[in-house]
Amino acid sequence: MDSLMDVELPRLRPARAARPAMATGSGVLLAAADLHFAYGAGRPVLAGVSLAVRAGEVVALLGANGGGKSTLLKLLVGLLEPAHGSVHLGGRPLAGWSRRDIARRVAYIPQTQAMPFPYRVRDLVALGRIARRGLFDRLNRDDHAVVDASLRRLGIAGLAERPYTELSGGQRQLCLIARALAQEAPLIVMDEPATGLDYGNQWRLLALVRELAAEGRAFVQTTHHPEHALGGASRAVLLHGGRVIEDGPPNDVVTPEQVRRLYGLDVTRHRVGDGAMVLVPEGGHG
Amino acid sequence: MGSAPPASLPYAGPTRLSSGCPAAAGWLGGLALLLPLAMFAALLYGRYPVAWGDLADFMATALGWGDMPAGRYDLVKSLVWEIRLPRVLAAVLIGAALAASGAAYQAVFANPLVSPGILGVLSGASFGAALAMVLATSWTLVQLGAVAGGLAAVAVGIGIARMFGSRAVVMLVLGGIFSGALFSGLLALVKYLADPYQQLPAIVYWLMGSLGQADLADLARYAPFILSGVAGLALLGRALDALAAGDDEAASLGVPVAAVRAAVIVCATVASALTVALAGMIGWIGLLAPHIARLLVGPLNRYLIPASALLGGIFLLAADLLARSLADTELPIGVVTELVGLPVFLLVLRNVRKGWAT
Repeated sequence: MDSLMDVELPRLRPARAARPAMATGSGVLLAAADLHFAYGAGRPVLAGVSLAVRAGEVVALLGANGGGKSTLLKLLVGLLEPAHGSVHLGGRPLAGWSRRDIARRVAYIPQTQAMPFPYRVRDLVALGRIARRGLFDRLNRDDHAVVDASLRRLGIAGLAERPYTELSGGQRQLCLIARALAQEAPLIVMDEPATGLDYGNQWRLLALVRELAAEGRAFVQTTHHPEHALGGASRAVLLHGGRVIEDGPPNDVVTPEQVRRLYGLDVTRHRVGDGAMVLVPEGGHG
Repeated sequence: MGSAPPASLPYAGPTRLSSGCPAAAGWLGGLALLLPLAMFAALLYGRYPVAWGDLADFMATALGWGDMPAGRYDLVKSLVWEIRLPRVLAAVLIGAALAASGAAYQAVFANPLVSPGILGVLSGASFGAALAMVLATSWTLVQLGAVAGGLAAVAVGIGIARMFGSRAVVMLVLGGIFSGALFSGLLALVKYLADPYQQLPAIVYWLMGSLGQADLADLARYAPFILSGVAGLALLGRALDALAAGDDEAASLGVPVAAVRAAVIVCATVASALTVALAGMIGWIGLLAPHIARLLVGPLNRYLIPASALLGGIFLLAADLLARSLADTELPIGVVTELVGLPVFLLVLRNVRKGWAT
């Protein structure tokens, strides 16, 4: 099954729907300052990146292949340590937190998920409760209620008993988001969540993320599609040459000039009927 | 792909509150009942069968309640208590240790194709034990040598992985293959240097695997370590579930990956190296039993580790029964597990391959 159609997802709404959510969020959940990073003795991947994320925001991280997007996400959740600079979580440096403390505040969904064993969806989502319950205590009624609520919230309650390995890419992405909800972390970091999804599921996923953010969570997600930033995020951060070259409302920063700078591609930008912006590659229509 | 929910979904409505998997618990209970039955059967059957009644009389007399003729009592005692009971206990202990270690290695490396052999544990333990056999005659030293060799082989595998760094899980598996080859080479060297009339045949025969060389005292000495290792692996079930998704995901879920990995490797390595000390190299159980157990109870490790242990014990009991009843002389148990294990593994492959492809 290559469609999310068997699950209930919210209808796509215009990008402006995400804006009020940003205005309501004031508390900084995560703040990164002057991050530098290189793999081994290689070329620096990040050279002074700073970023703050507030509740209710949907931050789209844009940049070319190898531009350091995934590396930045791993630094934000403490999977990598910066060579210089710091990440603060709830006002405290990340280095002072245990893995479980971090997991209560940030959930992370990696780009590739190669699960070799056929775990049931319910059991996979229940792994999110490790952050709350630890490795040894049995899950109690509350934990199972949270797992059930997370499955229902994403409309995948009907998949609960199915093996994860038999699901389509879109369904798997929903499972991983449900697991992040079960983690009850206020911030969810996702590495290219739309990659591998068909066109319809990409946009349904982005709409779902905006809904979840409107409930008070924050999202940071990387994407290869500037359109996803324009139509699905409340804020766009452009990464180029290891630095943030733009950070602001998507309509202000995802401009033809910046798209050319990031991807070496000429595009034109058009406002469509309901005020949304679309990009059209030069020569792609004639 | 319509918009209506497919009718084939098992639960289309609101989800129920479920704390686990009833089917898995049922299978686990069934295996827990089957194991003692298999142990009793193994005590009774062999080249000289003992009747149920004789065994009952013997047990009653031993407890002071019965009255069995002395000659008959001694015969049954020698057959059941002195010869078969150590073998039966050894089979259960060794099968359980190899199978539980295999399941744990598969989870910790997120790789369904690994087994206690993958870190070079069995090769390292064999080298350590064979070296002790050449240098000393004490079985205690042989057993200690096996454990030391197994741990050394793991250390070499991890060291190789650390040298190359980034993709730690893949490199650890390759490091284990390197380590296994290294210790196999060293073992060949020990065999070459061994006295060809006394030591070499002993080493070769022991490595082929035999449950006959452990006595009750050996078993009592090693059972606590082996059983602690298996219990430790079962306790780490939830952490193993998270690790099966990969290191980054497990860490982001709140698992202290390095510490858990070290604990799993120590538990699994001590348990499986000790089996080499007790009975030589016994192949296939560490790979086969976890796969069959996973088909029965699913992949959740808090069910899978105990189910694998029970199944490994049952499988090795059955293999030993074959080994000592097929021919006039006893066949090496390692030969039987491989010859029986391979076709069974092909059948298992057919069923599990689907899951691996994705």
